Amino acid sequence: MNIHEYQAKELFKEFGIAIPNGVAVKSENEFDSAIASLNGDLIVVKSQIHAGGRGKGTFVDGFQGGVKLASKAEAAGIAKKMLGNTLVTKQTGPAGRQVGTVYFTEASDIAKEYYLSLLIDRSTGKVAIIASTAGGMDIEKVAEETPEQIMKMIVDADIGLQPFQVRKLGFFLGFGAKELMKQWTAIIKGLYKLFWTKDCSMVEVNPLILTEDNRILALDAKVSFDDNALFRHPEILELRDPHEEDPKEIEASKFGLNYIALDGNIACMVNGAGLAMSTMDIIKHFGGNPANFLDVGGGANEEAITQAFNILLKDKNVKGILVNIFGGIMRCDVIAAGVIAAVKNVGLTLPLVVRLEGTNVEIGRKMLAESGIKLTTADSLADAAEKIVKIVAEENK
Amino acid sequence: MSVLVNKDTRVVVSGITGGTGTFHTRQCIEYGTNIVAGVTPGKGGLLFDEKVPVFNTIAESVSKEGANACVIYVPPPFAADAIIEAIDAEIPLIICITEGIPVNDMAVVKSRLMQKGCKSRLIGPNCPGIITPGECKIGIMPGYIHTPGNVGVVSRSGTLTYEAVWQLTCLGYGQSTVIGIGGDPINGTSHLDAVKMFAEDPATDAIVMIGEIGGDGEQIAAQWLKENCKKPVAAFIAGRTAPKGRRMGHAGAIVSGKSGGAEDKIKALLDAGCAVAETPSVIGETLLKHWGKM
Repeated sequence: MNIHEYQAKELFKEFGIAIPNGVAVKSENEFDSAIASLNGDLIVVKSQIHAGGRGKGTFVDGFQGGVKLASKAEAAGIAKKMLGNTLVTKQTGPAGRQVGTVYFTEASDIAKEYYLSLLIDRSTGKVAIIASTAGGMDIEKVAEETPEQIMKMIVDADIGLQPFQVRKLGFFLGFGAKELMKQWTAIIKGLYKLFWTKDCSMVEVNPLILTEDNRILALDAKVSFDDNALFRHPEILELRDPHEEDPKEIEASKFGLNYIALDGNIACMVNGAGLAMSTMDIIKHFGGNPANFLDVGGGANEEAITQAFNILLKDKNVKGILVNIFGGIMRCDVIAAGVIAAVKNVGLTLPLVVRLEGTNVEIGRKMLAESGIKLTTADSLADAAEKIVKIVAEENK
Repeated sequence: MSVLVNKDTRVVVSGITGGTGTFHTRQCIEYGTNIVAGVTPGKGGLLFDEKVPVFNTIAESVSKEGANACVIYVPPPFAADAIIEAIDAEIPLIICITEGIPVNDMAVVKSRLMQKGCKSRLIGPNCPGIITPGECKIGIMPGYIHTPGNVGVVSRSGTLTYEAVWQLTCLGYGQSTVIGIGGDPINGTSHLDAVKMFAEDPATDAIVMIGEIGGDGEQIAAQWLKENCKKPVAAFIAGRTAPKGRRMGHAGAIVSGKSGGAEDKIKALLDAGCAVAETPSVIGETLLKHWGKM
């Protein structure tokens, strides 16, 4: 789960991580009081969406830049152009995201920029801290071109972040002076504590800055959480912004279905994540384009399958459906009954190819054949993919 | 012969009285697995299905019934604790089926597993389990699709494994052991661990390795295979068309930035001399051709 920058900054504050003062605002009426509450003459006006590249983004009405530096007098006018407008960045796709919140912060005099992130290092199964003296840049590019500018520190879950690790990173970044090391220690300890106690999957500060007057501040904040741990963080769940998520994905999660919208026209319904991914791949292999990823889970029953059809059909691009089920513990006759009932319930008219394999497959296939439903059966996954791609291509000539 | 489990494996089921635990324990017993005990705290003294003794702790199942493998069906919030309890009881093989364990909990488990003197190997979590066909099935995979034979199979995914196993069975090739290592970012047994065991197992003559996007476990295994393994290996990688930055069902199936993409994995496997199946429909066929059986 992702949150907005302003929400991440509030968490930073809670964990003692220094940030520039700021106020997040959701309506125009509050612009003036928010701006007046900040110190200094210059204000940074920041569009709040869950995507990177905001500064270089363009709004759909042509207005340039989702993050702008402005005088106090201009700030409200700029914020008005952002709020409610739709921002397109290199990460949003052409549709962009609507800005529901504007974040005003005090501008900082930047002397130096750094990069900092915490994430789980999969090869060791431990927390990794990545720090770099190349701030404000694409860290993967830095890793490729100037790896000496990056330090990676692995932290053991059992003993936590050790003081020597804090010092080692601090000296590497150039925070050796006593006063700076003190500030650095508070920041990195706070970030580690935040990462660990709130079950984050990533915390990224890009850039972390040193100001002209020697303060270390987190200028940006990107925090995401481990979905598996949300059950023990109701306070984090409250930060969820449904406008940032595909409504079909939210609907699917209510029924224990795992759905991800894609931009093709062949919908697929599969049991198991690996098989679902492979089904997308094989549709593409035969020249088609998958409309989604959908894993109905190992124990898919009639209700889950009906809900799955409902969700697939909400995508207006869909021109055909491929159902691929490997009935393991779940018997194929049960699945066939589910498909038949679901197709009747939702009044499906689109072309449907069903591939069943596994326990009681003969009974399942027979049920489908005798159901009177217009569908095509397939003997293998390849056969199924080839058939649906061909049918959809022919119908849309 | 086989790896990790056989007809002599004595299994204790952690979470035996829960819905999932009960259902799959019955399936495993029916398959012929030697289930010697169950554990549900507070239900010690019960007899599961009038034959399997239930204990309050895993340690008791070891001392009283000689359990040497533990399968865990405990819900996600309590699963890491169950794994650590099994490690503490020095169970040599722990299989965790549970999906949805917080990553931080697994980080703690992993550091226990890496400790010097740890006597346990963990398979999973978020996996279908492990089976040596005809001898011992521990987990949720359908037994009948497997057949005894000499192909070792390792995979991060459940139903995709069934797909591959079923193809092998239909082509007339059985399996020595099938290991589901699970779809989580932190797991107990890696692709590398599994292929090493298969490479050394005299009963395994060929290997199928199924991977997916996310992490670099497949590349690490490929590197080892290139330098150390003479047995034919066929592989398949799921998620070639997955969008970047999205978790594809499995917590560990994500392409982040430049790492974890399918093409890098496929390249590493081809470079290591493995055959890579173009589609999931031809995994069995790809192995047999590479093996010179087709």
